Amino acid sequence: MQITAEKKESTTSVATESSKREIFLPPDRERVREGGTPHVSAKNFSIFYGNFEAVKKVNADILSKYVTAIIGPSGCGKSTFLRGINRMNDLIPSCYTTGTLMCDGEDIYGRYTDEVQLRKKIGMVFQKPNPFPKSIFDNIAYGPRLHGVKDKKTLEELVEKSLRKAALWDEVKDRLERNALGLSGGQQQRLCVARTLAVDPDILLLDEPTSALDPKATAKIEDLIEELRGSYTILIVTHNMQQASRVSDYTMFYYEGDLIEYAPTKQLFTNPKDQVTEDYITGRFS
Amino acid sequence: MNNSSTKNGSRNAGRTIDIVNKGLKRRYRKEKRFRLYGILSIAASAAFLAFLLTSIVMNGYSAFLQTCIRLDVPIEAGMIDESNPKRSDFQGIIKSAIREYYPDVTERREKRELYSLFSSGAAYQLRNNVLDNPPEAGATLSLWVLADDDVDMLMKGHMKRDVPESERRLNDRQLRWIEKLENDDRIEKRFNTTFFTSGDSREPELAGIWGAVRGSFYTMLVTLALSFPIGIAAAVYLEEFAPKNLATDFIEVNINNLAAVPSIVFGLLGLAVFLNFFGMPRSTPLVGGIVLMLMTLPTIIIASRAALKAVPPSIREAALGVGSSKLQVVSSHVLPLALPGMLTGTIIGMAQALGETAPLLMIGMVAFIVDIPGGFTDPAAVMPVQIYLWADSPERAFVEKTSAAIMVLLGFLIAMNALAVVMRKKFERRW
Ligand SMILES: Nc1ncnc2c1ncn2[C@@H]1O[C@H](COP(=O)(O)OP(=O)(O)OP(=O)(O)O)[C@@H](O)[C@H]1O
Ligand SMILES: [Mg+2]
Repeated sequence: MQITAEKKESTTSVATESSKREIFLPPDRERVREGGTPHVSAKNFSIFYGNFEAVKKVNADILSKYVTAIIGPSGCGKSTFLRGINRMNDLIPSCYTTGTLMCDGEDIYGRYTDEVQLRKKIGMVFQKPNPFPKSIFDNIAYGPRLHGVKDKKTLEELVEKSLRKAALWDEVKDRLERNALGLSGGQQQRLCVARTLAVDPDILLLDEPTSALDPKATAKIEDLIEELRGSYTILIVTHNMQQASRVSDYTMFYYEGDLIEYAPTKQLFTNPKDQVTEDYITGRFS
Repeated sequence: MNNSSTKNGSRNAGRTIDIVNKGLKRRYRKEKRFRLYGILSIAASAAFLAFLLTSIVMNGYSAFLQTCIRLDVPIEAGMIDESNPKRSDFQGIIKSAIREYYPDVTERREKRELYSLFSSGAAYQLRNNVLDNPPEAGATLSLWVLADDDVDMLMKGHMKRDVPESERRLNDRQLRWIEKLENDDRIEKRFNTTFFTSGDSREPELAGIWGAVRGSFYTMLVTLALSFPIGIAAAVYLEEFAPKNLATDFIEVNINNLAAVPSIVFGLLGLAVFLNFFGMPRSTPLVGGIVLMLMTLPTIIIASRAALKAVPPSIREAALGVGSSKLQVVSSHVLPLALPGMLTGTIIGMAQALGETAPLLMIGMVAFIVDIPGGFTDPAAVMPVQIYLWADSPERAFVEKTSAAIMVLLGFLIAMNALAVVMRKKFERRW
């Protein structure tokens, strides 16, 4: 196993040293190219809330242009890890990190890192839908406007494209001027997806993007992930094993803050190395 | 067996249901009682409010009317100074007009008593009238001149006619003169424009609230112009940008303490710093406004911080997530959402400041000021101080003025609160 989750006790780090990496066995999926370059790499990366270590000394490379799923029981630190990648935890005063987390060769928590630049590059859809209390149009257009798109025509096209990608266009095309808070929970979540897509990030962090959606909308989001695969690096947190195995190339399994196992999805689901992983994916505990 | 078990089960269920039902009744009773308490307390406060308002209105409404006397003023040649009409002896003209109406009053003392039925403002009324449209010699002007406050009190029923002469401020002779006016339909209560257009005066019938209203207006303008931007900026900085450390904790504690400092202390501070040290002009809206700003600032900062805190963090996350800078998050998402709360806080603070007297006493705004202030550096009174001054005056006529002034003050407070509601609605619609 080339990409491994190192439990914090193990000192021999294999995963993060890309020079040592061999080409791992591609998962049984023709679209997964062999090998890969790390896009985000964690080295002894921990996240603390005060004294509580919510993510414990994670060592892992998230590969560029692949879809990586993060699974694990509730409260195991999935969201915390995801939010750690675009420094969303900075908002929480008691939260701090140790170790390093690199993105494109730059230390995410480095002193000179511009978090605004970083967050433009690393878009995020949050676990709870959080549209702005503005019109649907403004919700989507806000990001592009921020980054300098002024032309009305371009904005309109961008809004339509993003909404179409997020499978929301048909439902809202006649009421783009209405307040986004009037949408249903699932629609709001898709709006948030569209809002993130509109800024065109390199990395997409999706925190349970489909937990509030019906099967049809879920399928559309999964189609979207399918479509984006290969052009974006995607991390998706999900409680749905089927979804993880359907959409992802790699899967990380977290348990109580530890990254227990990180492997090609097929391998993790068919032949887990760790007993806890097996218990979890077979539903023996939750 | 199967049968019995279901029976057993249903009996069990029945029992639980009974317990629940019994409990339910108690719960409903409790809820009813709770609601009753709520209604009672609201009714009690409404009753107090109603009592307060009616007593103020009952006391004060008569101040909006003022007894006037119609006086025929014959203008004879030579009475008006042709070269400079302003310098004419208007007092003399009025007196001669009064003597003409009462030809049988000749004795000096009686004359003085007679003149005292008319307000000293009558001469000014005549003066204004003459200056506005100069009469020709030989014409007779028919003027409604102000009656003295004692006459006013008599006409409004605050002074009894049937008590012994020694117990009222008007003697029998004066009563007879008034009766003559009544018989001739020359005395009536008219709308009291003086009250709304003049400043303070020693004569109740000439005293008005306008000077205090203007004073309050200028003072509030200074207070608002200073405390709103400073308060909002301080709140935004403390809430959104300041690092959370000992220094900011210290500042926070101090702000909370300042909110509880007795307002007179701010007055002393204003006296020491602004008047004595910086030598700013005494008794002026400028200094009053600054002192009230110090007093309202903690209120505004605390309310604004609460409003900022109430903005859900998910909105900040959303904005940060698409690549906003901190300032952009604050200015385009947090501030618009917090603004209604901030405005409410500001208006509450301003309403507090509008009703504040104690700190203003310290900086000399309690002085007796007749002139209507024309700017920020003119000596001025403010409404609550005016109320305080009138409430302190011995004349009976000032009692109703006090209540009327309270009504005006309440009117302003209601207007301000209405404005707050309107503004809140307006900003809410924008999102
Ligand atoms: N703001 C916070 N302050 C303190 N502790 C927190 C905070 N947010 C999360 N935690 C704790 O960190 C741990 C991990 O939380 P996290 O939200 O990452 O879980 P999760 O894996 O996303 O769970 P779920 O599947 O329910 O979303 C939990 O024990 C949680 O209680
Ligand atoms: Mg989560």
